Parts: sequence; structure tokens; C-alpha cells
Amino acid sequence: MSLIEITDLRKSFGETEVLKGITLNVAPGEVIAIIGKSGSGKSTLLRCINGLETVNGGTISVAGAQLQADEPHLKALRLKVGMIFQQFNLFPHLTVGGNVMLSQTVVKKTPTVEAEAMARKMLDRVGLGHRFDAWPSELSGGQQQRVAIARALAMQPIALLCDEITSALDPELVAEVLAVVRELAADGMTLILVTHEMGFARDVCSRVVFMHQGRVHEMGPPAEIFASPKTPELRQFVGKQ
Amino acid sequence: MTDFTTWDILRNLLLATRWTILLSLVAFLGGGLLGLALLFLRIGRLSWPRQAVRGYVEVFQGTPLLMQLFLAFFGLGLFGFDVPAWLAAGLTLILWSAAFLTEIWRGCVDAVVRGQWEASASLGMGYVQQMRYVILPQAMRIAIPPTVGFSVQVVKGTALTSIIGFVELSKAGTVVTNATFQPFTVYGIVALIYFCLCWPLSKSSQVLERKLNVAHRDH
Repeated sequence: MSLIEITDLRKSFGETEVLKGITLNVAPGEVIAIIGKSGSGKSTLLRCINGLETVNGGTISVAGAQLQADEPHLKALRLKVGMIFQQFNLFPHLTVGGNVMLSQTVVKKTPTVEAEAMARKMLDRVGLGHRFDAWPSELSGGQQQRVAIARALAMQPIALLCDEITSALDPELVAEVLAVVRELAADGMTLILVTHEMGFARDVCSRVVFMHQGRVHEMGPPAEIFASPKTPELRQFVGKQ
Repeated sequence: MTDFTTWDILRNLLLATRWTILLSLVAFLGGGLLGLALLFLRIGRLSWPRQAVRGYVEVFQGTPLLMQLFLAFFGLGLFGFDVPAWLAAGLTLILWSAAFLTEIWRGCVDAVVRGQWEASASLGMGYVQQMRYVILPQAMRIAIPPTVGFSVQVVKGTALTSIIGFVELSKAGTVVTNATFQPFTVYGIVALIYFCLCWPLSKSSQVLERKLNVAHRDH
């Protein structure tokens, strides 16, 4: 059974249709890379799954629950699906520990002691247990992104959406973030990544989705997609990398 | 003819300064409280209170404070309300400060980057939780320097209430001048007193701005 079911999803910004009927099913434990040129709708698709964009047509369901635009439904959805952003978006007025604890205590009403234990555990998992009391501004971009991952993990989501999470990083910091994602994948976390890291997509992902002009243009296991692209668009895209 | 020493002049002006300070405090604190209430309507999700507050702000920002004072003082008089000068002055300044502070603070809430809304939403927070735990704490930090800066405008704004007969520093200056015939000395001292009130405020606004900028440099 699919964990995430996207059926004929449509999304327009004004007159421009950005997603022109996307159908995608994600099984539990799958690691999916969404690749494609900028403007192909990759990020928009991801943001729709998390309810950050309202959709114009089609359905999204996560673990059997339909996505609906009202606050209780959105909240229920977001407790199942975490999201990591390109710009990290850590809360600058809270310490690293505070960042990872906040939503546990205010959304899940977890007692502080338990929330702190969970925060320390998740920060350890991303290799930043020792920076619990640091401020986000004291961390490197790579470390900030790892905190963002820990923050999402602390809510114990069943799937994680990663929106170009290494694109804002200096090249030497990309590896440390990808290493964390690699571990999550190995632990069986369901992941959907919008990425430009083709090497990473090839090594880690179970399936690659190539988007072109708002549609799923080609989809398949990474070996197939990268080695023998069927459509000229994908051939051109892969050739450029 | 009586002779007035400089001390006589200074003493009388300083006594009147108490009223300038009191009026400034009332206007700033009252305006702050009202402004905060209006802010929540202004950034809330209901449409008509948002529009109403916007209209309120536009009216108070788009008319001179002096006209507002006249309307409160004489206008209400026409309807048979006997409004004493202190009440008209206090009330008008509160309403005026509230309008400006609401607008300043709305700008500060808007200045919190969109990513903060999205990150907190993706973690399952609702609107009220986002506001309380993520947006407002950051907006407040941004708001401190312009808010302190605005307090200078409030202090200077109190001078206008002299025209409807409220005896604060400026009015006292006129009264003392009429008795002493030394306008240059008197108004010189009046200006000096205003400066002593305002300068520390603008200075602290600058210092706060620099401090908070340093704290914010990486975000």
C-alpha cells in the first residue's frame, strides 16, 4: 500500500499552470529524488504535499488521510510529513535545543523533560548533540541544516520532504548534510527529495522522478534513468550534469 | 515693574515640564496599549477588522495632529460635551500614538521572513502558535529601535497641546514670555529642555538599533 498517494494534482499561480496533473505513489521506506530544470514544478509539488500551497485540482493523501485546506486537517498532515527547506529556516531567537523542542511542546504538548530528551536524541542523530545550547547564528550552514533535520525528526514524522536542502550551502558543507540524509534513508525513513545532487540521487534513491513543464516526464530506478534515459528532454538534462 | 531672574524663569518652566513628561507618558503608554490591540486586528485573519484598523491608521496619519486636537477640543464641544483641555490633549495623543505604533509594529511583523511562517507551519503549528512563539518574539526585537524613536515624536507632539490651552512646557514658555518680555531667553530654555528630554531617547534608539543589528547579522 502506498504511504503517499498523489492523484492528478494541479496547481496554478495566476494564469500559469505549474503542475499539470501529477500522479505519484510513494511506498513506505521509498527514497525518491525529484529532478528537473528550475521552473519544472519540483518544489511546488513538494510544497503541495505539505499543504504550503493550496492545490487547484486532484488529491493528495498521506497514510490514508486526505489533504484538506483547513487548519486541523493541515496540522494532522504536517504531523505525519516533516519538511526541510533550502534556507534552513531555524528560529533565530531560540537556541538549537529550543528549536528542536518548540513544536514538540506547543503542538504535541509533550512535557519539557521528554521534549528535551527527544531533542538531545535527535541532535545526537545528526551529530550535533554537543551544540544544544548554541544559537543558530553561531553555526555553519551545514550545521544549521542538520539542526533543521533534527527539528523535523523530533516530531516523529512518517515521511520527510527535502526541498533542495543543500542548494544554499557552500560545496564543502554539502557532504555532511547528505551523510545525514543517507543515514535516514538507511534507517528506512520515507524521503522525497528535490535535489540537484545527481550523484546522491543515483547512490541513495530507490526511484528518480524527472519533471518537465509541470508533468512527470519520466520515472524509474536511478540506474535506468541515468544510464538510459528514454526521452530527449531527460537525455539533455542528464547530459548536462 | 517686577524683575525676573533667570532662575525664576527656569523654575517655572521646569515645573511645567512635569506636565510635558506626564502627557508624553500617558500618550505613549496609552497609545502603546491601544496600538497593540489594534495590531492584532490589523494582522489578524478577519477581513473587516483589518480594513477598519487600516482606515483608522490612514485617517490619523493623513491629518495634522493639530487638527485632531482641534476636533477633539472644539468639535466635541459643539455636541454639548464640555471637554477640558487635559482630556482632549491626552485622548488625542493616545489615539494618534496608537495609529503610528500600530503601523510601525505591523511593518515589524511583516519584516519577519516568510520562511519562518513556513517552517513553523510545517511543524504543525497553528496561526496563534506561530504568532506567539515564532513571529512576535522576532518582530518585537525588530520593533524596539523604531518604537523608542517614535517616543521622541510623542514628546514633541505634546507641544501642540499648548494651542488648546493645556499648560505644558510650550504653553508655560508663552506665559512666562508674556510676563518677562524676554522671548529669546525663555524659548531658548524651552528648546533646551525639549532637547534634554528627546536627545537621550533618540540616542538610545540608535544604540539599540546597533546592538540588535549585531545580534541579527546572520539571519
